[in-house]
Amino acid sequence: MITIKNLKVNLGDFLLQGINLDIEPGEYFIILGPTGAGKTVLLEAIAGLYPVLEGEVWIDGREITNQSPEKRGISIVYQDQALFPHLSVEENIAFGLKMKKYPKGETKSKITAMAEVVGISHLLKRSPVTLSGGEKQKVALARALVTEPKVILLDEPLSALDPETKEGMQRELREMHRRVKVTVVHVTHDFEEAIALGHRVAVLNGGCIAQVGTPGEFLRRPNSEFVARFALSRNIFSGRAENGLIDIGGVKLRAITESRGEVRLSLRPEDILISPEPLQSTARNCFQGVVSDIADRGSVIYVTVTLPPDFICVITRQAFDELRLRKGVKVWITFKASAIHVF
Amino acid sequence: MAKMSLGRKPDSMSIVFIVLGALILLFIFAPPLKTIFSSSPGALWNTLLEEDVYSSILLTLSAALIATLIGLLLGVPLAYLLARHQFRGKRFVEAIIDVPIVIPHSAAGVALLFVFGSNFLAGKVLHSTGIGFFGAFAGVVIAMVFVSVPFLIDSAKEGFKAVDVRLEKVARTLGASPWRSFFRISLPLAGRSIFSGSVLMWARGLSEFGAIVIIAYSASFLGWNTKVLPVLVADRFDFGLDYTLPVAALAILISIAIFITLRTIAYKGEKA
Repeated sequence: MITIKNLKVNLGDFLLQGINLDIEPGEYFIILGPTGAGKTVLLEAIAGLYPVLEGEVWIDGREITNQSPEKRGISIVYQDQALFPHLSVEENIAFGLKMKKYPKGETKSKITAMAEVVGISHLLKRSPVTLSGGEKQKVALARALVTEPKVILLDEPLSALDPETKEGMQRELREMHRRVKVTVVHVTHDFEEAIALGHRVAVLNGGCIAQVGTPGEFLRRPNSEFVARFALSRNIFSGRAENGLIDIGGVKLRAITESRGEVRLSLRPEDILISPEPLQSTARNCFQGVVSDIADRGSVIYVTVTLPPDFICVITRQAFDELRLRKGVKVWITFKASAIHVF
Repeated sequence: MAKMSLGRKPDSMSIVFIVLGALILLFIFAPPLKTIFSSSPGALWNTLLEEDVYSSILLTLSAALIATLIGLLLGVPLAYLLARHQFRGKRFVEAIIDVPIVIPHSAAGVALLFVFGSNFLAGKVLHSTGIGFFGAFAGVVIAMVFVSVPFLIDSAKEGFKAVDVRLEKVARTLGASPWRSFFRISLPLAGRSIFSGSVLMWARGLSEFGAIVIIAYSASFLGWNTKVLPVLVADRFDFGLDYTLPVAALAILISIAIFITLRTIAYKGEKA
């Protein structure tokens, strides 16, 4: 679908170079990287909005490296949504159709249908200036999708939203992708977002791609310090949710969630307590396991407890010494249902 | 926006500042007001009916209007380039734009004559096509463009700068050519700044004296041989204050009336 060959782009104070990506049709592809890694510029280069020094961009077997942006069939949604403030919501969505000279009647019906899909039918007459963050995001998505682009580029689409809206929007994005069947390239600095949404993830660091793979591959085999640091900051599992219980293969975790069916969840290492005996407490999750790995990071120590699966816990050196933890020791881990974040 | 209110008991600094502020406001406001009220409405009306005067008003208003239209056509594209692009020598270009503001206007008139006079450069070319500048309407117009276009360019530039470049980028990905993205997005969004820049340019053109008195002290216009208002006011002063006062009052009244009208239009747009 989109192939990027050896792309080189000047970011002012550093270069983005040796970028090679192969994105499948209909794929939800994530580019993950820290702030300032050049993610937005990479998207703009794909869209033809930023000059490319070297390399090629291909779409559907055609080279488009030097094609002007309006001819590419690639839409972009920016973090701040970039809605046209002088046009109503409806006129914003109609803009692309107008540019592509759709007949009036068809424009109308397409807008109505798209507004339905993203759930903004009641907002069409409003000015974008008056909308909330989540609403703006939906309008921007509708505007980008209504022209039926081959590819849609999302630039940190969730990071400007408050946590609650963010979770909802994440579901919406997944839903939208399932219904519209468009190829999505989504850039983010949020590891969970990447794991939650991406079919595949590319990690961008220091101006080049550090790793490409499925979320599972990332968690099991991080190939760089940068990815590992991301991966270490969370315990991430997938499982089946039913009535607030999530079966992650072997153990059932109690979580506060309305979700059913396939879910992913995360648990911070610092939210897990380690004890030699089972704890009597209000925490709903308590399991026995074996210490399988110990990683000394100076003031804190990462302890891996295998049930299976593996749980990574972080404890202080003092606690570590008092509990006399060694590899192979049997311990209990305890955490609250509310510490589990389902996404 | 947070405002500091002048509470119940203003401190000494506020009092001093209010007094000084009132002084400068009075200084700005009193002379025009006194001039306007020094002539009776009847006298103003009679002055307005003099052929010299109304032909002068027409010449001044239309020349300033045409100057502003030329400024829009040539100045707005430059303003857009300056707002959107970084290039070597950009500061130099920006400095050049403000040259007309800093040089004495009578000297500017001489300089214009040097280029547009029938014996020189551009003047020669244009003269052969029948357009003359010395003592002509076209001369009034170019003098006005020269001294007033910086106000329009600077204001339009600030207007374009305030338009998020991402809006243009999104428009491009949605199928708009650079032209359509400019006319549908950038221009409407910078519209208010361009409009207020045009008002400034027009007002500045109306009031120009120095450059015009050199290049077109009097100009043939619609069959009259007439002078722009500022020149007419100065001209009549030679015959005495009483003679010039009603013309000066008219000039002030017309300028202020137009200025207020346009400001109101611009302000209305802002509220909507």
